[in-house]
Amino acid sequence: MISYPRWKIILVAIVLVIGILLALPNLFGEENALQLARDRAPVQASDRTSIAELLESKGVRTSGAFLEQGRLTLRFSSKQDQLKARDLIDEAHPGEFTIALTQASRVPDWMRAVGLSPLKLGLDLRGGVYLVYQVDVAGAVKQLLDHREQDFRASLRNARAAYQDVQVDYPENRVRVLFKDAEGLAKGREAILADNRNLHLTEIRAGEAPALELLLTPQEIKESEDYAVQQNITILRNRLNSPELAVSEPQVAREGVDRIAIQLPGLQNSAEVKKILGKVATLEFRMVDENDNPLEAASTGHVPLGAKLYYTRDKQPVLLKREVVVTGDQLTDASFQPNTQDGPAVSVSLDSRGASKMLKNTEENLGHLMAVVFIDRSREKNAQGVEVDKTTEEVINRATIRGVFSNNFQITGVNPIEGRELALLLRAGGLAAPLTPVEERAIGPSLGQDNIDKGMHAMVFGMLAAFVFMAIYYKLFGLIADVVLLANVVLLTALLSLVGAALTLPGIAAVVLTVGMAVDANILIYERIREELRNGVSPRAAITTGFERAFSAIFDSNITAFIAGFVLWLFGTGAVRGFAVVLVLGIFTSMFTALMGSRALVQLVYGGKRKVERLSI
Amino acid sequence: MEFFHKVTRFPFMSTRRVWYGLSAVLIVTSLALVAVRGLNRGIDFTGGIVVETNFPQAPNIDQLRSALSRAGVQAAQVQAFGSSRDILVRLPPDPNAKGDQVGARILDLFKGVDAGVKLQRTEVVGPQVGQELFIKGGWALVGTLVGILIYVLARFTFKLAIGAILAVLHDPICVLGFFAVTQITFDLTAISAILAVIGYSLNDTVIVFDRVRERARTARRLPVAQVIDESINQTLSRTLMTKLVTLLVVVFLLIFGGETLHGFSAALVIGILAGTYSSIYISAALALDLSLRTDDLLERKLSKPEEVDGLP
Repeated sequence: MISYPRWKIILVAIVLVIGILLALPNLFGEENALQLARDRAPVQASDRTSIAELLESKGVRTSGAFLEQGRLTLRFSSKQDQLKARDLIDEAHPGEFTIALTQASRVPDWMRAVGLSPLKLGLDLRGGVYLVYQVDVAGAVKQLLDHREQDFRASLRNARAAYQDVQVDYPENRVRVLFKDAEGLAKGREAILADNRNLHLTEIRAGEAPALELLLTPQEIKESEDYAVQQNITILRNRLNSPELAVSEPQVAREGVDRIAIQLPGLQNSAEVKKILGKVATLEFRMVDENDNPLEAASTGHVPLGAKLYYTRDKQPVLLKREVVVTGDQLTDASFQPNTQDGPAVSVSLDSRGASKMLKNTEENLGHLMAVVFIDRSREKNAQGVEVDKTTEEVINRATIRGVFSNNFQITGVNPIEGRELALLLRAGGLAAPLTPVEERAIGPSLGQDNIDKGMHAMVFGMLAAFVFMAIYYKLFGLIADVVLLANVVLLTALLSLVGAALTLPGIAAVVLTVGMAVDANILIYERIREELRNGVSPRAAITTGFERAFSAIFDSNITAFIAGFVLWLFGTGAVRGFAVVLVLGIFTSMFTALMGSRALVQLVYGGKRKVERLSI
Repeated sequence: MEFFHKVTRFPFMSTRRVWYGLSAVLIVTSLALVAVRGLNRGIDFTGGIVVETNFPQAPNIDQLRSALSRAGVQAAQVQAFGSSRDILVRLPPDPNAKGDQVGARILDLFKGVDAGVKLQRTEVVGPQVGQELFIKGGWALVGTLVGILIYVLARFTFKLAIGAILAVLHDPICVLGFFAVTQITFDLTAISAILAVIGYSLNDTVIVFDRVRERARTARRLPVAQVIDESINQTLSRTLMTKLVTLLVVVFLLIFGGETLHGFSAALVIGILAGTYSSIYISAALALDLSLRTDDLLERKLSKPEEVDGLP
């Protein structure tokens, strides 16, 4: 009898059963599906019931439905049903859901309910668009400084403290307030600190004048950069989830310090998505300066104190007051109303701060004109090829304040297309810093399928070749190795499904490579057993020492491959990272299957026999 | 079936000058080729635009080229990608180009040649990103080598570790040389293949060294050169068998994996060949020339952890 602890065999069996269970969902294939998402709110179980009833009443059969991460997926056995269902839902719930046409796995609902799901496919296998945006983090820091400057001016003005100037020095990241004398400085300091409690102001001398300086710490700079990236990620997510863009399973993630990577599986035409994603639009509400003549200001270039010159859409000059009543970031909601009595309008809600300011303003200025300024920032190349931020500020609407209002009102004077886009952009929020696209990869669905086919062919033929070779060269032990290799692929599939890592074409290549490496481990063991047999050791002892002695070699050789895989995972992005993940997981499964699985199987074959004359190796 | 029924007796150590010479030639040629011809860097590294299209019938590439140049598309490379029906267009980085627009424009121009053409893929990589990815790839190579060096140093004596690392360095250099000769596109997947080669090619070296150490303990009076020779010969069948099967699998990847994986699989094939060669002929020989003695191997034994404990 060859001894081998029974619990190890049981362990191998349990792992294998779990592995098979986890890998099982991958056998079902995909069919046409609809994915429903709702703007800003998850789709509820009640929606699911009502939609199911709706489809049933119209005779459209769904072959499955499930809710996941606030999105409802409905599967259909035919393309016609899928399209018909989309039209029905859109008709019954106009504008309520984003409806994306997609593919979903046929995994039975009970499997999904217990958390079993198939492998995710990467964009190179599924088709889709991969976008990387660069966030202008420097611009975000600059904005922070500009805000400080405005705050300081406001505080000083309100406290009627005399000051000479407030200067922002950008690359030095500081704001300086210059005063005439020490007395002014003391008063100014008090005024600023009263409004901004935790600021660390240092007294310096700028030339002759005494001054206060605020210097951003590296910590503050990093925070504002992080904030800009995070904020943009949130906004991009919101924009991608809005009904205006029907995208299924968008993924938005930070990449490195100042980049955002977006994956849009299944998307064909990226033009519209990109147009919406890159927009930096916001609104400002300002009172109209009715005492001065805008035409005169425009022709002479002399803009009266306290006013700022704007133009309307039809190029009419308008003078607006410098103080902003409410800015776009105080907006909480915006929706497009196609038919109001004044034509298309965007209905707007404000937060409490904005609402109280608006209330105060409308009370004070009843009967006066208020203007809405639309600000659109984009990044363009100028003639020299240098990137410049281009800001377009337009007055889209001027209206007399007819009543007192605070948190809810409408903006008219927009055309239907603009109105829809403006509502979407306002609702999603303004980007904290402009975005520049730096990388874009779009893969068509037929190429994805082609890649899957090629990868699968390579894998199947490669494995078959290895199987046949092992069986011929190592006979019964070779067959054992073949079983173990299959188990390795099953376990690897199981692990990948479990961690939710996306399988890419390089990932499939890594599976093939893993098979090669798993064969390695088996060969190491068998060659060692053969060597022991040649040295005249009994078959029984040869098995035991073969496995024992091969361990350190297998362990060592896998460690180095693990190091390479890990480094690749650290440095890699996209498809390359997919390769690294499979490689690293494959190292674990192949070690487990070769050392424990193969040993257990040998035990089952030879362990029960009282006497082993010779090994089939 | 068994290819190595008897233990071979190849005199690896006494002939090592020959193998050094061969390796030196390989390395110098590879480096020279990389320096002179350079690598055909893919858009991952150069930045630029790639548009892949699929035609119902194999088109005349010259016709496509002239269609592009007539429309004022400058500096476009047009080539077949995998099959003669798949046509790849590569354009240098253009700061004003938007991916979707370039793809659509080229598709339109190609439709004039054959109306059935389909757009398969568009990739736009900014020049700065390309530069960064290239640098990142370089750091990944360095990181892997350092990680492996640390591991080998912890695991073996200093002299063996140096031998192993030099032998490992040999392999990616050969792969780079291969890319320079064939001008196969060198992209991110090629870098991942090289990293895999580095991780993988150390396997055999480690196996040989393991055996050298094991032999040194049982046969203390034998000269080191003989111990090494015997060890390499004893492990020769494993070294060759494991590499043979892996090579078999990777060759299938090369044949069936398609154009996208072509560079990747080619790098693996060359890397595995070079790795097998270097671990048999070079690594232990280098250690010997660093005046490795039996004592060097034994010293380490005392502090080496007993890793045979708790085995399956």
